[in-house]
Amino acid sequence: MTGTATVEKDPPPLTTAPTADQVRKPPTRRRLVPYWLLLPGILWLVVFFALPLVYQASTSVQTGSLEQGFEVTWHFATYWDALAEYYPQYVRSLLYAGTATVLCLLLGYPLAYLIAFKAGRWRNLVLVLVIAPFFTSFLIRTLAWKTILADGGAVVGALDALHVLDVTDWLGWTQGDRVLATPMAVVCGLTYNFLPFMILPLYTSLERIDGRLHEAARDLYASPATTFRKVTFPLSMPGVVSGTLLTFIPASGDYVNAELLGSTDTKMVGNVIQSQFLRVLDYPTAAALSFILMAVVLIMVTVYIRRAGTEDLV
Amino acid sequence: MTTDTDSTGGDVRLTGISKTYGSFTAVHPLDLTIPQGSFFALLGASGCGKTTTLRMIAGLEDPTTGTVRLGGRDVTDLPPYKRPVNTVFQSYALFPHLSIYENVAFGLRRRGVKSVRKQVGEMLDLVQLGDRAQQRPHQLSGGQQQRVAVARALINHPQVLLLDEPLGALDLKLRRQMQLELKRIQTEVGITFVHVTHDQEEAMTMADQVAVMNGGRVEQLGAPADLYENPGTTFVANFLGTSNLITAGIVESSAEDLVVSAGGGKLKLPAARCRAATAPGGSLLVGVRPEKISLAHADDAAGIPEGRNRITGRITASSFIGVSTQYVVDGPAGSGLQVYEQNVERDSRLAPGAEVVLHWNPAHTFGLDAGQAIDAGTQKVEDAA
Amino acid sequence: MVLLGWIRRRLVVFAGLLTLAYLILPNVVVMVFSFNDPAGRFNYAWREFSTAAWRDPCGVADMCGSLALSLQIAAWATLGATVLGTMIAFALVRYRFRARGAINSLIFLPMAMPEVVMAASLLTLFLNLGAQLGFWTVLIAHIMFCLSFVVTAVKARVMSMDPRLEEAARDLYAGPVQTFLRVTLPIAAPGIAAGALLAFALSFDDFIITNFNAGSTVTFPMFVWGSAQRGTPVQINVIGTAMFAIAVLVVVAGQLLARRRDRATQP
Repeated sequence: MTGTATVEKDPPPLTTAPTADQVRKPPTRRRLVPYWLLLPGILWLVVFFALPLVYQASTSVQTGSLEQGFEVTWHFATYWDALAEYYPQYVRSLLYAGTATVLCLLLGYPLAYLIAFKAGRWRNLVLVLVIAPFFTSFLIRTLAWKTILADGGAVVGALDALHVLDVTDWLGWTQGDRVLATPMAVVCGLTYNFLPFMILPLYTSLERIDGRLHEAARDLYASPATTFRKVTFPLSMPGVVSGTLLTFIPASGDYVNAELLGSTDTKMVGNVIQSQFLRVLDYPTAAALSFILMAVVLIMVTVYIRRAGTEDLV
Repeated sequence: MTTDTDSTGGDVRLTGISKTYGSFTAVHPLDLTIPQGSFFALLGASGCGKTTTLRMIAGLEDPTTGTVRLGGRDVTDLPPYKRPVNTVFQSYALFPHLSIYENVAFGLRRRGVKSVRKQVGEMLDLVQLGDRAQQRPHQLSGGQQQRVAVARALINHPQVLLLDEPLGALDLKLRRQMQLELKRIQTEVGITFVHVTHDQEEAMTMADQVAVMNGGRVEQLGAPADLYENPGTTFVANFLGTSNLITAGIVESSAEDLVVSAGGGKLKLPAARCRAATAPGGSLLVGVRPEKISLAHADDAAGIPEGRNRITGRITASSFIGVSTQYVVDGPAGSGLQVYEQNVERDSRLAPGAEVVLHWNPAHTFGLDAGQAIDAGTQKVEDAA
Repeated sequence: MVLLGWIRRRLVVFAGLLTLAYLILPNVVVMVFSFNDPAGRFNYAWREFSTAAWRDPCGVADMCGSLALSLQIAAWATLGATVLGTMIAFALVRYRFRARGAINSLIFLPMAMPEVVMAASLLTLFLNLGAQLGFWTVLIAHIMFCLSFVVTAVKARVMSMDPRLEEAARDLYAGPVQTFLRVTLPIAAPGIAAGALLAFALSFDDFIITNFNAGSTVTFPMFVWGSAQRGTPVQINVIGTAMFAIAVLVVVAGQLLARRRDRATQP
């Protein structure tokens, strides 16, 4: 040691807040780094996601025809006409998507629970089996349901023998001894297609739950059912919320299942938008339909997140 | 503080250095000189600004005002990778994707050193990890990871080694062992060590000089024994070990001694050990360390030699520690007074409820300004967690 | 009664396995029917075993071309979305800046919107700009909707990364570029890889957005869609089964490799 340490508290000139010329600022270049990082990606989203929504809004209030071109005339009647003509498709879309979401939750929760708590050394294998179907194109897999639910096939035969089809026929879900080309087939396809999007977030939030919490609940006189109701399920709410959103949102706009597994009586709003845009070429109506769908879904999602966030999550 | 900047050799010299985040001031303007080759500790509770100060020396934090000099050279505007300073990070920050060997070689490779094999080998041998070279950090125990972190920094022969709570993640026994180990390494390599810790025992065991920080300022600076025996503030008195602080009124003052009254009795202390105004009529905080106090049963009060400070009281609690017994005593002068008695000849009458006399040599008494909070720096339950 | 109790205690397991069967069943059907020799143009009913389609997977006009196109688009979309998304993720986690909330919403919204809405609005943009629909419009659309997913995946990884690792690198004489290449990138790599894989899968399998913006360009999902109307060749099932098998093999091989490496570095 060559000297002793010295200290001086509060040197007089600097006891008050530092003046501007004493304060060091990071160089401008460094402060701009985040903006350079954000720029390309955000620009991409602005031009190809946000801007198209503006164009679509504008298209929805245009009138005209393909031959003479379209012009903005603030023709809001397109919205009322579209709603008046296609409200059954909207109702059907929300109904089918909602049913599929509930089914996904009911089917997916046990499997997510199984992977998180019961699978042990099989966990990775089961997870792979949940994800693996993704690697086959979903259109091919949806077409497979045509085979599974084929008239006179094993599944339909079994359901018929158990008189399930009598009940579903009476409810209007199926027709006679057919499952294909009925609402049930469409909902079955939707449920199948979006099930992994329910299972994975559920699994993620279940897996985070400390196993000792179950033991603590048991120790504090909770039966297995009570433990699930009071501990496990509330803690898995983040997974339930994101799972239902990831299922409901794409299902509400889907037209693939209705097209491949349904009939003209099971058309959803996606089918209408697709045919108006790509076949009828009535762009204003198609844009208005699409805008209404977006608004309905965003409102429902916002309300749902609010409710789930303020009541169930606490 | 000296002003001749050229004669300071390899000192670390902080001048008017401060750090503010928005309206929060983490470090108030601070002047500090750390002599070359010393083992220097910055001691304080979490949030006192000690880590921020360390990070400003490392260059990981830009000071709001002031300059950092290393051996007379202003490095304030140099980025961390251009400073001859290395850091042992809290929880080590070992690169998880690299082997132990590559972790240690990292600094050398970045500086373009071609053949690192010999140096890395020697350094790993120094920290006794030669056989672990090809493993990943997560395969090592906490103590081994800590030694890798030290090796990774030391291999670069920095002018100053900065240690940010380097032993915080280790269990008590290993921590003791590593304290001695680090001290040994420092003596061996002769590099300046700046050590940040919240553990007062660790600071006192290892450092030549300790700066006690509180609320972004240095409360007191000095050698460990000096700080312990002559605390300048209630914070230092309470943060370093335990102090009994008693509010007292000054009765008489002379050049050598002060006489104060507390709880109806009179106490004497050396004027030189008083850090406050000594005019009669003023008030004072009188302090004494628990191990300096002797305990006598009230029945034996007559046997206490003349000239010692004495306080009466009643034992409210006692706990047997092994080498000593700790007593808590309430009396007219103050409550919750602590006394540590060596277990040489135990007096069985000294049990909770017993009336006792506390007595000590007046030379062991110190005086502090009564204008400060009497419990500053005491360990609260939530701090200790 | 004993049996009933046994089942009741394992109700979750049975329900879970049933769901798993529901998930796997279509893949089994696709695989079985890749060995079918269908009677007509549609491959929905079983007739007899045949390996004809496996021996001649590209025997259907345009199918393998559409597959190659899909792979090509998926590769470029993955590259684009991964680079742009990783940059955004780093900016979001590592820096403070203005308009943070707006940018977060802009990234969240594409994931909270029915695909058909994005598809339709993007088409109105292209129509208004008079853009030629085809490879480029599909690629633009795919990068757009993959971007948010990459940001989410990379962000999660970067957030869990100890910032002290980068500080340690800078402290050990690594400049900004060296720090990024030697420490940040290798540690963030699993997150970036996950994002890239997700982007590839999403792009390769995308139908709705492609359907709107492809014009007369035919990707593999578009080919399958068309064949559902015209007739489904058995080769579709061959491709579906082969991709499934390859993916599972890659996953299993990766697991085995990781395990072997772990064992090799054990003390």
